Amino acid sequence: MAGAALFGRLNWQVARVVALRDETATARTITFEVAAWPGHVAGQRVDLRVTAADGYSAVREYSIASAPRTDGRIELSVERLPDGEVSPYLTQDLAIGDFVELRGPIGGWFVWREGQAEPIQLVAGGSGIVPLMAMIRSRVATRSAAPFRLLYSVRNPDSVWYRDELQALSADGIGVTYVYTRTAPLNWPRPPGRIDAPLLANASWPSRLSPTCYVCGPTSFVERAAGLLITLEHSPDRIRTERFGPTGTKREAARP
Amino acid sequence: MTESRRFVGRRGGPKVKLPPGQYLTTDFPVLSAGPTPHVPLDKWELTIDDGTNALRRWNWTSFREFETDSISADLHCVTRWSKLDTMWEGVSLDALLAGITSDASFALVHSYGGYTTNVPLKDLRNKQAWIAFRFDGADLRPEHGGPARLLVPHLYLWKSAKWVRGLTLLDHDEPGFWERYGYHNYGDPWREQRYSGD
Repeated sequence: MAGAALFGRLNWQVARVVALRDETATARTITFEVAAWPGHVAGQRVDLRVTAADGYSAVREYSIASAPRTDGRIELSVERLPDGEVSPYLTQDLAIGDFVELRGPIGGWFVWREGQAEPIQLVAGGSGIVPLMAMIRSRVATRSAAPFRLLYSVRNPDSVWYRDELQALSADGIGVTYVYTRTAPLNWPRPPGRIDAPLLANASWPSRLSPTCYVCGPTSFVERAAGLLITLEHSPDRIRTERFGPTGTKREAARP
Repeated sequence: MTESRRFVGRRGGPKVKLPPGQYLTTDFPVLSAGPTPHVPLDKWELTIDDGTNALRRWNWTSFREFETDSISADLHCVTRWSKLDTMWEGVSLDALLAGITSDASFALVHSYGGYTTNVPLKDLRNKQAWIAFRFDGADLRPEHGGPARLLVPHLYLWKSAKWVRGLTLLDHDEPGFWERYGYHNYGDPWREQRYSGD
């Protein structure tokens, strides 16, 4: 848990929407152009503020999906939550050329840095894929040789975010394993169900390689996955977690 | 201020006064940096030390001999959710610190699992802080910090360290885990002290 750093004040910056891409029926990736984005590390988050015509505003935290870039652009991927206040706007109403405000980057713990050469085990539940995707993209962009594996739990085949990009990753030597909890593709070897110890043991780096594990998703998923990693003898101090959302029903999630 | 076209937002919500930038939730979200430690009660200890020597040490049995308070508290998480009127039972830090003579002005709080956070000692006194072990009438669940967590509800919730195992009394301030990762050193929600520099 070492790693002190100096932090300046975080200021709100105007961000213009330059591209939109649907990930699933309920999730969308938004590309923003920010004039003076200070840069970020894969896994960090931003505060996003939207302001109505009368000055009413709302702020939410989102994980950054893009690797650090030099063109002043960052991407967020947002899931629409049925009774959310901000996510329906971002996923349905926001159009190219619109503005929001961003403040960040935030967080220095749940991050992957280029200098990390050890094996990396990523475990994503649902929209928890976002900060892990930033890590994968960062690894590809920096041509790092760190061995990466991703275990990605989704409800059904239509719930996969970044599908084509993930498919292409095997060429980069990044192993991706899908877990389907509700409906699996035809002839899928494993019946639909939550992750369990045998699956995790098969699809993840063994603890003797001392991987750093990043687990992100809804609270119940993270509790389960992190607990399984410990039963597979991963050291708790090599497991970093980011939980979002409430324990039960879905609401506007604070993270990602 | 930059307008976001077509954003309306939710109006006419509950008319309660929340700290700036917070929204109300009735759930109890969980945010932790690592796996949830599971600490058996017969292994549990709480220690107050001065950095060198233990000044007080309790096991679960001796800790539970203290008189407890029923606490109603509003919780404010830096990730922007607030939860109002939560009910807790705990032992006040006044009771635990009683009789300790020290020139310390700060406490560094330690948790099982390695988490730390810093709180000025004056914020832990005068019925402002507790070691809480029951929530909503039931034993505090591990994911919410059980067996026992610090509860210091007038600061952002990351200061209310889960799985608390001890306090080190210091004559100087020493940043804890999130404070070293860019979060505010003090964390007053009503002054919106979220991040370093706020």
